[in-house]
Amino acid sequence: MIPELGHLALILALCMAVVQSTFPLLGAWRGNQQWMGLAQPAAWGQFTFLLFAFGCLTWSFLTDDFSVTYVAENSNSLLPWYYKFSAVWGAHEGSLLLWALILGGWTFAVSIFSRQLPEDMLTRVLSIMGMISTGFLLFLIMTSNPFSRLLPQSPVDGNDLNPLLQDVGLIVHPPMLYMGYVGFSVAFAFAIAALLGGRLDAAWARWSRPWTLVAWTFLGIGIVLGSWWSYYELGWGGWWFWDPVENASFMPWLVGTALIHSLSVTEKRGVFKSWTVLLAIAAFSLSLLGTFLVRSGVLTSVHAFASDPTRGVFILAFLLVVVGSSLTLFALRAPVVKSQVSFGLWSRETFLLVNNLILVVAASTILLGTLYPLIIDTLSGAKLSVGPPYFNALFVPLMVILMMALAIGMLVRWKTTPLRWLQGMLVPVLIASVVLGMLAAFMLGDFHWAVLAACSLASWVVLAGLRDLQDKTRHKGWIQGIRSLSRSYWGMQAAHLGLAVSALGIVLSTQFTAERDLRMAPGESVELAGYHFVFDGTQHFEGPNFKSDYGTLRVSKDNRNVAVLHPEKRLYVVQRSVMTEAGIDAGFKRDLYVALGEPLEDGAWAVRIHIKPFVRWIWLGGVLMAIGGLLSMSDKRYRFKVRQRVSQSLGLKEAQV
Amino acid sequence: MAVALALSALQQNINLFYTPSQIVSGEAPVGTRIRAGGMVERGSLKRSADSLDVRFIVGDGIQRIPIEYHGILPDLFREGQGIVALGKLNASGVLIADEVLAKHDENYMPPEVTKALKDSGAYQQFTNQKGS
Repeated sequence: MIPELGHLALILALCMAVVQSTFPLLGAWRGNQQWMGLAQPAAWGQFTFLLFAFGCLTWSFLTDDFSVTYVAENSNSLLPWYYKFSAVWGAHEGSLLLWALILGGWTFAVSIFSRQLPEDMLTRVLSIMGMISTGFLLFLIMTSNPFSRLLPQSPVDGNDLNPLLQDVGLIVHPPMLYMGYVGFSVAFAFAIAALLGGRLDAAWARWSRPWTLVAWTFLGIGIVLGSWWSYYELGWGGWWFWDPVENASFMPWLVGTALIHSLSVTEKRGVFKSWTVLLAIAAFSLSLLGTFLVRSGVLTSVHAFASDPTRGVFILAFLLVVVGSSLTLFALRAPVVKSQVSFGLWSRETFLLVNNLILVVAASTILLGTLYPLIIDTLSGAKLSVGPPYFNALFVPLMVILMMALAIGMLVRWKTTPLRWLQGMLVPVLIASVVLGMLAAFMLGDFHWAVLAACSLASWVVLAGLRDLQDKTRHKGWIQGIRSLSRSYWGMQAAHLGLAVSALGIVLSTQFTAERDLRMAPGESVELAGYHFVFDGTQHFEGPNFKSDYGTLRVSKDNRNVAVLHPEKRLYVVQRSVMTEAGIDAGFKRDLYVALGEPLEDGAWAVRIHIKPFVRWIWLGGVLMAIGGLLSMSDKRYRFKVRQRVSQSLGLKEAQV
Repeated sequence: MAVALALSALQQNINLFYTPSQIVSGEAPVGTRIRAGGMVERGSLKRSADSLDVRFIVGDGIQRIPIEYHGILPDLFREGQGIVALGKLNASGVLIADEVLAKHDENYMPPEVTKALKDSGAYQQFTNQKGS
């Protein structure tokens, strides 16, 4: 009964979405107030029904209703309740329902928080989100109904959730990622609505920017969680593999980063309008492409659930419709919205353009590397893969240029900057950062050029930020000055600091990591990078739905105990799959990482031992960027209901990047 | 220029996939990093007694090749299952692997391996074995 109600609610939500996407848009075109007024109630109705449907599916999971196919395939009566809950989005159908629910939630939020928008604009935005929703709900109902039943022969117990997904990180990872993916649909809807209405101005950028920031922040958190999860759950000690699925989430993030920067130029200076619209279209299209790649089964990975080709074809067709129609609209309308503002070479506009170019080129090279094997496979049937060296060889130099430009971009002003002043500001920073880089490179152990470069670049970014802070507060004194700076300024500082921290973490952990795979019998010990590891063997223990070999390793340094690590090898009973749980001693300066390989004879195990300096910094940087996004979004200029254009003089002083 | 750079980087970092039959017939280059895959033959896995060296045989139903690897095999590595190995062929036709991939659940087969088995006509035989 409950699943049928959920199914019905899905169909009703689709009806609402259809209403939301048609009448209000026609109303906005013909100036029919009543038709326009339909947008909000339809959006609320759609969200309510989706929430109800999601609740029904959750109920089916929590009550172990194995007559529902999706529940039977992805849950088990032995599963702890919180994994039963997260299993709702543990596979294809449910995760799409989550997608649709989040889209409904975003639409609802836009209708609530954007009431200050002109009515025709808001109506158009909601309509476009309704169209996207219609597409996804059709997809859900036609090809991947989560409520279909296994009757009359329903199984006694379920097939269990994929053990890889039985983890706290994975409860949160997909919703965060989806919040990001789907959130870009708001930026997309705003861009398309602006194109339709021919109103592409600073006000449009101001409306659109906080939404984009939220989406970008969530996507960033999602990526960080995914990377962190793969680090501790896969047992390899790696945190990024340039796996197509990772790339699928990383590309929209890169383009989204470009978008929030370009929106700030459009907001402050009214330039780059067409470019900003293109970026908004690209960010959402890449999100859809990500969904297609991940869900269609063309890629093989933990994430590829669907092997049903009709699903892939549907998403691909949807993607083509979205990209095709929005680009057509762009081609028709973009010339109307040309801007006429000029700026000099040494201006913030130029450096934000550089930022945009680098990020877009980076996203494109990743796109090429990700799609190339697929294209070749389709064209010639040859199977090949593109290795991480390709991505590293292109991505790393781009990031180096990005960081070099970033520091200058923080200091230069809108329109134009006197070169002499800029030199006075940056030459001390340059000298200091090279000196700091040298010091760090020699003090941290063996000399590596990469370490020197990374430390110098990170100092360059951080010191330039401090220099800018000093410049901003020079008239008021430190305390007064710091108080008077806007939240979006602090957001910018936090995010840039995050980039520096991540870059340091990536380079230092890669250069100084010490690792050994070896055979260890109980009582045996090994020295690695000054740490002494003693293996005490494994014990057997039984979890709720798994059996485990629970290992113990004692770690000491200079005869002082540092940590006791418990790596595990788990056998999940229902799916008969083996999982590695790494034993990790996390630290600010280093992680000790131990994973069990396979059991050998006489209680000995193959053991993998890693010492990873500064590895946490990678995610710490990601968290800082997310904090930056949140700070920036909560800036008071986005909170006031009606704001006039911020005056030019204020725009010059506020370092809004 | 950026495009040219990207393409040349791409060119250098492509790992082509070869089936055991292709390797035995000499189609695969020696000394370049390639991907090879097939079903791990039952009873072929041999471990060294005092290190993590392993040696096993992978076949596509027609031909078989030995693979040597040093390190920890993935969780889902099992005899009778499909795997993909990345590494270089040496002069005596042994693939010295630096990475062995065996992902997903036990019913999963890497698409390359599926294709290799289908090409050799042995796919039916392997899927039947699994079913029994």
